Amino acid sequence: MRQSIIQWFRFGSPQAFYPLAGRLIPWFWAATAAFGLAGLWISFFVAPTDAQQGEGYRIIFVHVPASWMSMFIYLVMAFWAGLGLALNTRLSGMMAQSLAPTGALMAALSLWTGALWGKPMWGAWWVWDARLTSELILFFLYLGFMALQAAIDDPRRADKAGAILALVGVVNIPIIYFSVKWWNTLHQGSTINLTKAPSMAHTMLWGMLLMALCFWMYSIAVALTRVRAIILERERHTDWVKHAVA
Amino acid sequence: MQWHSAGEFFAMGGYAFYVWGSFGACALLMLAEPFLAGRRLSEVRQSLIRERLADELELQQKNS
Amino acid sequence: MNAFFATVRRDLLLALRRKSEVLTAVFFFVIVTSLFPLGIGPEPVLLKKIAPGILWVAALLATLLGLPRLFAADHVDGTLEQMALSPSSLGLLVAGKILAHWLLCGLPLVLLAPVLGLQFDLDASALGVLTLALLLGTPLLSLIGAIGAALTLGVRGGGVLLALLVLPLYIPALIFGAGAVEAHIAGLGAGGHLSLLAAMLALAVFFAPWATTAALRIALE
Repeated sequence: MRQSIIQWFRFGSPQAFYPLAGRLIPWFWAATAAFGLAGLWISFFVAPTDAQQGEGYRIIFVHVPASWMSMFIYLVMAFWAGLGLALNTRLSGMMAQSLAPTGALMAALSLWTGALWGKPMWGAWWVWDARLTSELILFFLYLGFMALQAAIDDPRRADKAGAILALVGVVNIPIIYFSVKWWNTLHQGSTINLTKAPSMAHTMLWGMLLMALCFWMYSIAVALTRVRAIILERERHTDWVKHAVA
Repeated sequence: MQWHSAGEFFAMGGYAFYVWGSFGACALLMLAEPFLAGRRLSEVRQSLIRERLADELELQQKNS
Repeated sequence: MNAFFATVRRDLLLALRRKSEVLTAVFFFVIVTSLFPLGIGPEPVLLKKIAPGILWVAALLATLLGLPRLFAADHVDGTLEQMALSPSSLGLLVAGKILAHWLLCGLPLVLLAPVLGLQFDLDASALGVLTLALLLGTPLLSLIGAIGAALTLGVRGGGVLLALLVLPLYIPALIFGAGAVEAHIAGLGAGGHLSLLAAMLALAVFFAPWATTAALRIALE
């Protein structure tokens, strides 16, 4: 038992993780495709037309997964960044760095699809709904993390500074969400609640879950690809990298 | 299955712009991102190979 | 504790020798507050409605202006490293610097706000709530801002990057600070908002110096 745990820790080095990631990536793409096809099938051919929102509600099958992933990725990113700060490992910092662009992408998609959902339903491209506003702030937090890392030349310092920012962000996200929700409900007269999604038929829920899994597998696949690039870039002076790209 | 024709499917009950605008944006970005990440990886690999060749060339010249 | 007060005293002395830096932030606050009516129109009812928001946003931006100065000068001449190496805990010294920053940048805003609030035709009780809200909020802004200042110490694109990092974190303070005045004006009572602001301040007093210290050590490596 102890032996196998030690074996897992071996993958904490960039050198061991690089080939492992390479082997795992195709499996995650396969899972992405499988969940995606199943999810899209349900989204378009099984889930019924909604009584109030017609066919327009189908946007939730990408909007909700994108939102979930944008929040989930931030947590994972903060976890890896924090771990790197605590244990002084290089790979954790690299993992956090590779997750950020994907998380930002998910936040951007959430905002875009949210706007496209809001326009036909509520008549405006943007509504100061509590969730959309919090999502916008989350997007800013991602951009701040990426900007900070890009501005610092020394990768180790960039990792650690980014980690502190990510951890401060993670603590602030519930505070921000709560405050925005409070703000939104207080000004309720003119604002609309985008969270009034159609009451969930079973099929709708399944569609959302499958699409969420699809987005999750996608995120892992892309992050693993990016982390391989980062590993090579940062470890280029080592012998194993020189031999790995024979 | 509620679509009686392909036309109906693409029209999405009048919400075509919004639904396809959403799914389309997702498809676009979720194809572009892996492409860019893959390109970053291969660029790094290429530059490392070039470095190795340059080192070997240097070594050859030194020895000859 | 001596080290704490010594740091406060030192920073205040240094700033008072270069008064212009402190006054600039204060003037900025005044000017920005005057820009909004110029941009929006002099209609009193509208101005009264947006006054809390404007005053708070201007306070945010004015605080942001003074943040890079928090650690930059000491970093450049090596004092920061000496502070890190000193037997006193860096956290205590950092807390002292943050307090000095608030006394120089935040407190003037608190004192000026009622005067500026008159420009927007806020009545006396609303001005009272505004002042109290800023009294609770501006230290919070200094504390959170210090984390950003430490993270971006000596980094390219410092000032703008600092704003990008810190403004999202300022949003809850803005919501509850401006919201307190608006709630008071609407007759709903500002108690809830002010309590939450106070709670956030209490949290920040404990955690921000710690996070700032960690960020400084990283910057000094």
